[in-house]
Amino acid sequence: MGDWTASFSILQNGSIWIYILKGVLFTLIISVIAVVIGILWGSVLALVRNYCTQPKSRVWKWLATIYIEVFRNTPLLLWIFICLVFCPCPDLFERKMFGLTSVETKLLFKAAVALILFTSSVIAEIVRGGLNSIAKGQFEAGHSQGFSTVQVMIYIVLPQAYRNVIPTLLSQVITTIKDSSYLANVATIELMARVKKILSSANMYNGTGSIYVSDVFVLFGCAAAIYFVINYSLSCLVRYLQKKNKKEPKAVTLG
Amino acid sequence: MSGIFSQNAWLKVWTYRSTFVLGLINTVETALVGVLLSLAIGIVLGLMATGKKKILKGVSRIYVELIQNTPLLLQVCFLYYALAFAGHSLGILATGIISLGIYHGAYMAEVVRAGIEAIPKGQFEAAESQGFGYIGKMFYIILPQSTKIILPPMVNQVVNLIKNTSCLYIIGGADLISLTYSFVTGATTGGAYAPAYLVSGALFFIICYPLSKLASVWEENLKKRDQRVHIMASGRKGKKVA
Repeated sequence: MGDWTASFSILQNGSIWIYILKGVLFTLIISVIAVVIGILWGSVLALVRNYCTQPKSRVWKWLATIYIEVFRNTPLLLWIFICLVFCPCPDLFERKMFGLTSVETKLLFKAAVALILFTSSVIAEIVRGGLNSIAKGQFEAGHSQGFSTVQVMIYIVLPQAYRNVIPTLLSQVITTIKDSSYLANVATIELMARVKKILSSANMYNGTGSIYVSDVFVLFGCAAAIYFVINYSLSCLVRYLQKKNKKEPKAVTLG
Repeated sequence: MSGIFSQNAWLKVWTYRSTFVLGLINTVETALVGVLLSLAIGIVLGLMATGKKKILKGVSRIYVELIQNTPLLLQVCFLYYALAFAGHSLGILATGIISLGIYHGAYMAEVVRAGIEAIPKGQFEAAESQGFGYIGKMFYIILPQSTKIILPPMVNQVVNLIKNTSCLYIIGGADLISLTYSFVTGATTGGAYAPAYLVSGALFFIICYPLSKLASVWEENLKKRDQRVHIMASGRKGKKVA
């Protein structure tokens, strides 16, 4: 039992908690940024793929389709590696900030770009599902009221489409939080990477000079608990919204 | 995008093609066994979740929530390091297969559960009233009906599983992505970034795209058929009223 107490003594170290919590913060920030930009870029892709059907603009539809399919059918890690080599990094990110070295911020930027590109392709398909669920009558009604196509999209179709896919988008946030752990492969910025780094030098922190199985359990268990709390509360929210969405149309017909 | 048109870099990839073949074989092998494992876990847990025993339901719920809400990478690391420090290392591929099976098993369980729950209650009652036992009821009545609902999301999960074999990289993996990375960063082989990434991306795409296309076409057809059935049903009702 001696090694268990030694392992738990790692968690009594305040600076380790600060190190881990900073990782949590980075995980959340990266995921939120990826999803927000993903929604914007993904919506553009979804609209182009769905509605650029005129012979003149069909090229754009094909491009959007290729983008979505290529990113959806290849692993995120590949895109992280590709971005590390080929993604240009603006000078803005090549310096010390957020308590990271300039090399780390550069890595963070490149890996985040990969995550954004990847997430946006998934979100594009989610938004497209929302767009396809809108009845055709909505377009016709909008046009008959004198709205232009762009106006129909902005005022009538997109708001309804987004409302329909809010639960799916939220569960995509969960997926993105989990996917952001792939960044651990290239840099020690977010939660997963930090926990792994602490484990690799756990022999110094637990005061016994060697790493035990109990260290693995304590450290990864701690990280798992943090991920679980964040994701489970989100998935509860998703379920609540899904229930509400299902109930609402019924209430309307009854009323 | 330097190097993509360089003949030298392409030649290098061609010379070391056995690396990519080995990676592909490892990835496909991991994925295949992983899919089988996840199917087994998914079917068992899905049946548990739709059964009548409260304890089994609870167990399956807890499993699904725990696994779905933590990252795969964490599970892989956990399994690998826990076993390694305990002195029972299984090797990278086996660790990968087990953790992929466990992770995607949770998703498969949800798919199976949704498929079974989509079957109207009357079907269960009808089967019971005809004297079917649990296994007979599931095997002859319920599962054949839910298969068509289950299959498209299940194929999507298979695609995700294939993509997720890249998680092996963190434990020093032998899958396609890891081998590609060690190829482009290796001392003697390094440098041919663009062709190498292009090749391994293309290999993934060739495997995954047909599968995900199949899933989406399947789903579309299912939706269309459902709509047709719906329209026919409502049409019939309309006539009766008239």
